[in-house]
Amino acid sequence: MVLNIGPQHPSTHGVLRLEVTTDGEIVSKITPHLGYLHRCFEKHAENVTYEQVIPFTDRCDYLASMNSNFGYVVAMEDLMEIEVSERVQYIRVIMAELNRIASHLLALGVYGLDIGAFTPFLYMLRDRERILDMFEYTCGARLLYNYMWIGGVSHDLPKDFEKICIEFLDYFEPQIDEYNNLLTYNKIFIERTADVGIIPADIAISYGVSGPNLRGSGVSWDVRKDEPYSIYDRFEFDIPTGTGEFGTLGDCFDRYWVRMLEISQSAKIIRQALKDLPGGDVFETMPKKIRPPKGSIYRRTESPRGDLGYYIMSDGTPSPTRVKMRSPAFTALSCLDEVSSGWMISDVLAILGSLDIVLGEIDR
Amino acid sequence: MTFNEIREAISNQFSGSVVQNDELANGQIEINSEHWLEVATFLKTDPKLSFDQLECITGVDTGDDGPLQSHYNLHSMEHRHKVEIIINHDRNDPKVSSIEQIWRIGDWFERETYDMFGIVYEGHRDLRRILCPDDWEGWPLRKDYETQESFHGILVPKIKEEEGWE
Repeated sequence: MVLNIGPQHPSTHGVLRLEVTTDGEIVSKITPHLGYLHRCFEKHAENVTYEQVIPFTDRCDYLASMNSNFGYVVAMEDLMEIEVSERVQYIRVIMAELNRIASHLLALGVYGLDIGAFTPFLYMLRDRERILDMFEYTCGARLLYNYMWIGGVSHDLPKDFEKICIEFLDYFEPQIDEYNNLLTYNKIFIERTADVGIIPADIAISYGVSGPNLRGSGVSWDVRKDEPYSIYDRFEFDIPTGTGEFGTLGDCFDRYWVRMLEISQSAKIIRQALKDLPGGDVFETMPKKIRPPKGSIYRRTESPRGDLGYYIMSDGTPSPTRVKMRSPAFTALSCLDEVSSGWMISDVLAILGSLDIVLGEIDR
Repeated sequence: MTFNEIREAISNQFSGSVVQNDELANGQIEINSEHWLEVATFLKTDPKLSFDQLECITGVDTGDDGPLQSHYNLHSMEHRHKVEIIINHDRNDPKVSSIEQIWRIGDWFERETYDMFGIVYEGHRDLRRILCPDDWEGWPLRKDYETQESFHGILVPKIKEEEGWE
């Protein structure tokens, strides 16, 4: 039987159509149909200047816009060989990690929702809201920030930001235990996710799966640690990997659990960054004219979903010849067919949710 | 391995596969398109190279009458080294061997590059458009692309230089 899931379906996390071929209730093949959200990011980027590309990157991964901005500006600064001021570096790391927490909170909450647990979703969104409030306080926007600019950031931190942020972390860190009690150790949740949708490490690498999904398969790979960009080499943090806590290594539960552990690591990084935050001007290293030399660059950074890469090619004019975004959700979705074959239809939704895809980023 | 060692390893194994090109930056190697499949297999399977991760395939249109290009960014999880492979395609008949069965992610990356540039990856088992609709005309990311006038009866708005959006 051929069954269509989507394009409008709450479990597809956006506009995605899955053509599922089943034998009874066992799935034998899945063909994802993408492109419903294709907004021609790469074509637009060729017709605007380098600065004007940044708002487009916001709209690709709309749940982690700070990280999308970050990847682009890091690549641009490497291409132009700009040294960015210390304060800007620290602000960027704080913002990117806050956004990682916000994105993971949504991913975990919505995952519970996919499985059938409604309550944890409300708790997690309640705390995510406070992070968005901090972003709004800093730059005026709640979701699409356009905050990181080439060589700087659009606004300096408000005067009492450090105090607010520490207050939030003091409140937030104990909440993680609450999430665990509500969702992680719930028997029904474990039964639905443990031993389901196993991605072995070699398959994951071959499919380009990255980020928490790859670490869930037991591979310790994090761009922040292994190919440090910006100032990530100054902070102490661990890379949580899957252990097969309740089932097999690389199952849905492991991917979920890695995200949960990463939240507290991000909080740890933010505390360190706030402690060392230097003073200074955030606009001083911003170049007046952005005209990179002829050449190309590929840089990847760690977004909440994995390796977010930008390929930027310049011919010396004010607008890029080519901007390509290598989106981590795109590669994660590509392994769905391989991973889901042989599982039941209800498990497919559990697997899809555990991959934490954002369709805006897949379709660009 | 350093970049020069990687480059030497390829040119020693397959003579004539590496194209001399002084314009390339450090870290980039240009490969003859007819050698690509065997070079790719070598890059993946040789224990000293073992490029097990295909990070990205980027299609590039060099403009005017220049060639189309595929850029492959490879990375090795084991040795932690990386390289960028460039392959030039003839603009009127762009084709190259598919590496979809070597790195599985190549499947979707090649479909995307085919969708946007019309580069045909020979040997790909399921080469069809991925982001655009199946019946879309033309290759959108080519520099000489012209938007179709209408699609299934829907008029495509055009940008006029002076007046802005129609």
